[in-house]
Amino acid sequence: MLKTSTPAPLDQAVIAKAQALPTGLWLTCPNCHASAYRRRFGAAKVCPQCGYGLRLTAHERIAQLTQQFEQWDQQLPQLPTDFPGYADKRQAAASASGSDESVICGQALIGAHTVALGVMDSHYMMGSLGTVAGERLCRLFERATQARLPVVVVATSGGARMQEGIQSLMQMAKVSQAVAHHAAAGLLYIVVLSDPTMGGVAASFAMQGDIILAEPHSRVGFAGKRVIEATIHAQLPADFQRAEAVQKAGFIDAIVPRSALGAKLAALLALHEGC
Amino acid sequence: MTAYEQVLQARAPRPYSTRTLIAGIVSDFQECRGDRVHQDDSAIIGGIGWLDQRPVTVIATTKGETLPERLATHGGCPEPWGYRKALRLMRQAEKFHRPIITLIDTPGAYPGKEAEANGQAAAIADLLLAVSTLQTPLVAVIVGEGGSGGALALACGDEVWMAAQSMYAILSPEGFASILFKDVTKAEAAAALMGLTPKELLANQVVERVLPEAGRQFPTMLKTALIPTIARLAAMPTATLLAQRQARFRRY
Ligand SMILES: [Zn+2]
Repeated sequence: MLKTSTPAPLDQAVIAKAQALPTGLWLTCPNCHASAYRRRFGAAKVCPQCGYGLRLTAHERIAQLTQQFEQWDQQLPQLPTDFPGYADKRQAAASASGSDESVICGQALIGAHTVALGVMDSHYMMGSLGTVAGERLCRLFERATQARLPVVVVATSGGARMQEGIQSLMQMAKVSQAVAHHAAAGLLYIVVLSDPTMGGVAASFAMQGDIILAEPHSRVGFAGKRVIEATIHAQLPADFQRAEAVQKAGFIDAIVPRSALGAKLAALLALHEGC
Repeated sequence: MTAYEQVLQARAPRPYSTRTLIAGIVSDFQECRGDRVHQDDSAIIGGIGWLDQRPVTVIATTKGETLPERLATHGGCPEPWGYRKALRLMRQAEKFHRPIITLIDTPGAYPGKEAEANGQAAAIADLLLAVSTLQTPLVAVIVGEGGSGGALALACGDEVWMAAQSMYAILSPEGFASILFKDVTKAEAAAALMGLTPKELLANQVVERVLPEAGRQFPTMLKTALIPTIARLAAMPTATLLAQRQARFRRY
C-alpha cells in the first residue's frame, strides 16, 4: 500500500481509494510521497516509510521535547508596520499555529537538564524572522548568558520577514551578537535544524551552534531551490539541500530521528554540564 | 526620484571601477587572494594599503569591468569562498590591529549549486558571528547595491555609510515582488514599500551617514571622510569599541 522510495509501480486503484477517503484520515509524506493512515505517523508525526518528521507547531515540539517549559518574553510589542495586509496576515498565522510569533522562547527541562530553549514555528508566517522573533531570540541568549545556561534552538524558517524589510535583516546581526556573547562566556549552544531552515535564519544563528543536529530529510540552505534552478538554468537533484547531503558536505554533526532527539540532546548536555 | 529609480541608479555603472575606488582610498594597495581552504573568489577584492599614514585592510565586492570579469563574479555575487576570504582578511586585520573598510556593491550572495553545496549560509553566519566580537574597527560603505544577507555579511560595522546613489534592502525589489505579490513585474511598487533609499535608511538609523554624489571625485571624497572616522575608532579602547558596536546592533 505504501509507495517505496525506489520507484515501484503504483497501484492506481489503491491511490484512487485513498483519495476518496475523507481528508484527514490519510496523510501523504511530503518527502517520499507515500500515503498512510494518519495514525501510522504517530503522535510524533513521523513518516513510517522514510522517517521524515512532519512540520510541528512550536507547542507540539515543546510538548514532545521537554519535561517542563516556562515561556519568556511573551508580551513584546509588535513593530508598528503599515505594510499592506501585514496585520491580517499575522492574525491568520496566529490561528494557524496557535503561536503568537514565529518563535517561542523560555526555560525548559530536557531530561534532567535545564536549558534556555527557542522553538521556531513554520506555521507562523513560514517561521520568518521579524523583529519580535529576533528580540525574543536575542533575549534568550542574553538571559542564558546571565544565568549560565546552555541554549537549544529548534530552527525552522523560510528566512527573513519580508513585510518588515530592513529591520528583519538587522535581526540576523542582532541575534548573532547575542550568540557571540553567549559563546564568549564559554556556554554551549546546540541547534536542531528541522524542515525547512533557509535564508537569513540559516545564514545566522541556525548555523552558529557549537553542535548542529538535523532531523532526517530536512531542507537546509540559503537560496531557494527554484531560485537556484532559475539562475543556473538546470534541474537540481531531489536530495539537493536535504540534511543528508548537507551533512556529507560537512555542515551538520548528526542527523537524529525525531524519536531520538530528546535522548541525543540530554547526552550532549550531560557532556557539557555547567556550560 | 522614485524608489525604483534609486534602485536603477544603484545598479548603473559608476564612472570609476572597484579597483579605482580602492586606489582612490588607499595607496600602495597589496592584494591578498584566496580563502586558504577552497579557492579564490573574484567577486571580492581584498588587501592592505595606506589610508593616509595608517595601514588598513580593504574588502570590496566587485561586479567586474569586462564581460569575462562580470561572468566570473556572477555580477558581483560572492560565493562561500568569497565570504571566507573576507573573514580570513578580517582575522588578519584583527591580529595586526588594522582597521577594516568594506566597500559593498552586491545584489546578494550567489544562488548557485556549488555555492549551496559549499555552505553559503554557514559562510555568512560565520562572518556575522565573527564581526560581533572582532577586535578592530570596521567601517562599511554601501557604494552601489546592498542586497540582502549577502551585503549584510560585510556591513556589520561600527559605522555603516551609504553613497547617495546606492540602495540597501532585505532583497531585490524583483525578488520581493515575486514573493509578496507573486508577480515579478511589480518591482516598482515593491521598491516604494521597501524603505531602501539612503534617506529612509538614515532616518531609520540603519546607516550613520549618506555621502553626497560626487561623480569621479567620489573615491577622494570617501577617503577624506574615512580618515578622521577611522582615526577616532582606532583610538578607542577595544572594550569601548565592542560595547558600542554591540549597542549599535542591539537597538534593532
Ligand atoms: Zn516519507
